[in-house]
Amino acid sequence: MRLKCPLCGERDRREFYYSGAADYLSRPEAGAAPAAWDDYLHNRDNPAGVTRDLWYHEQGCAQWLVVTRNTVTHEITAVELVAGRAAE
Amino acid sequence: MRYSGLKVITEGLFGNKGWKPAWRNPAPKPAYDAIVIGGGGHGLSTAYYLAKNHGLTNIAVLEKGYLGGGNVGRNTTIVRANYFLPGNQEFYSHSLKLWEGLESELNYNVMHSQRGLINLFHSDGQRDAFARRGNAMITQGDDAILLDRDGVRELLPWLDFEQTRFPIYGGLLHPRGGTARHDAVAWGYARGADRRGVDLIQNCEVTGIDIEGGKVVGVQTTRGPIRAPKVGIVVAGRSSQVAAMAGMRLPIESHVLQAFVTEGLKPVINHVISFGMGHFYISQSDKGGLVFGGDLDFYASYAARGNLPMVEHVMEAGMTLMPMIGRARVLRSWGGIMDMSPDGSPIIDKTHVEGLYLDCGWNYGGFKAVPASGWCMAHLMATDTPHEVARRFRLDRFATGHLLDEEGTGSQHNLH
Ligand SMILES: Cc1cc2nc3c(=O)[nH]c(=O)nc-3n(C[C@H](O)[C@H](O)[C@H](O)COP(=O)(O)OP(=O)(O)OC[C@H]3O[C@@H](n4cnc5c(N)ncnc54)[C@H](O)[C@@H]3O)c2cc1C
Ligand SMILES: [Zn+2]
Repeated sequence: MRLKCPLCGERDRREFYYSGAADYLSRPEAGAAPAAWDDYLHNRDNPAGVTRDLWYHEQGCAQWLVVTRNTVTHEITAVELVAGRAAE
Repeated sequence: MRYSGLKVITEGLFGNKGWKPAWRNPAPKPAYDAIVIGGGGHGLSTAYYLAKNHGLTNIAVLEKGYLGGGNVGRNTTIVRANYFLPGNQEFYSHSLKLWEGLESELNYNVMHSQRGLINLFHSDGQRDAFARRGNAMITQGDDAILLDRDGVRELLPWLDFEQTRFPIYGGLLHPRGGTARHDAVAWGYARGADRRGVDLIQNCEVTGIDIEGGKVVGVQTTRGPIRAPKVGIVVAGRSSQVAAMAGMRLPIESHVLQAFVTEGLKPVINHVISFGMGHFYISQSDKGGLVFGGDLDFYASYAARGNLPMVEHVMEAGMTLMPMIGRARVLRSWGGIMDMSPDGSPIIDKTHVEGLYLDCGWNYGGFKAVPASGWCMAHLMATDTPHEVARRFRLDRFATGHLLDEEGTGSQHNLH
């Protein structure tokens, strides 16, 4: 499996650290109810099909990436910088 | 039909014409007293104990493929009771005791082999942690023996004790740990449930869960609707999809775990062995193949196959631990879909829907749990109260903070 980092180009899967679903980007507000924190930390859609998850280009540019991929076929359709998204 | 040595001999004498299929292949009835979704190890044992322990025999197991075609037929068959945390300890201890009587219970040879499990350690700190775990196991009533380096060398002389990175300091021996024949466990429970009147319905995928006024009333399937006042979801890697049919979002992420087997060799490895510094474990099957595996591929996946980096990593760990393995040829590798929970421990609990129950979150350790999970899930479905040894496997423990993080690695699904 290879991921195409927007900064470094196509790189081997081993250069990346997988952190989990992109849900981690939707952090609740500081005063949010405990249920919101539980949902954020633990519950997942966990789709069999297209998903978006967070990868860290540990052995490359050290950027966090949002990867759109298919959990059944392992096909990767998009890799975006988290930093770029935040600035949008 | 009861299986016995005499039966084997008489059948052998008369051309083996008297054997019958081990279970019926019934069409679904329009309604049952209870339905178990999923015909893996846990679903089949749940059905068996619902019938055996609670007298519920007008029940069905609905399996989308064939019985035992999921993880129960894909795992590396390690059976052990070496857990540390209260909650896990008593559950796995109960399971191991059920394993020890399983063959006579089911009248089926599940090839349970208590060949001993040795977890190797490679530092002073790891030795202390293992000593503490061993004490916890003994306190629970199970067995553990702390071996020093010479003790390990006596049992496993062919390990590479002097590796520069991870020299072997010793091992924690769990004599009652071992392996079993995975398919046979599914088949044994299937046959036992069928003999008690349970309908095992294959090629029957559940596509919807019918709920009226907060109560479950039945399921939609590819073979038509089936009504039941109690439904258990026991579908391992597919838990998120089936629970979503009841509007639930679970604390589960599905990951692929790979395993490998070599060509058949003469007996060489008598125990189950795990490497404490690289995730690698190995045993030898009764056919002679070396069965081994390692960690998850680490990213969410429903492809029952993995990627090459983990293959390479597992092979490297094997070579580090026991260089002799380099002479064996790998025949096959495969993957299974693991229902990973945020703390690495399972869930056996009610849901927000009356009559709907959930058994999932087995991570990569659910094979040894097959007997006790069925026992406790059946208890929950029949009595509406959690079984004593599974009372901490609650769905709301992530919200309440009562986590069972055996490895202490934190709330991330792929770290357990
Ligand atoms: C490579 C590998 C090695 C492992 N090694 C070990 C080990 O050494 N020791 C150990 O204890 N555990 C081990 N495990 C884990 C263990 O195999 C699993 O935790 C356990 O088998 C899961 O429970 P099960 O048997 O009920 O799952 P499964 O056999 O996967 O059963 C679930 C069933 O549900 C069915 N299903 C899904 N969706 C639907 C639907 N909508 N309708 C109807 N049916 C449906 C599936 O077809 C499947 O048959 C390993 C797993 C793998 C993959
Ligand atoms: Zn990069």
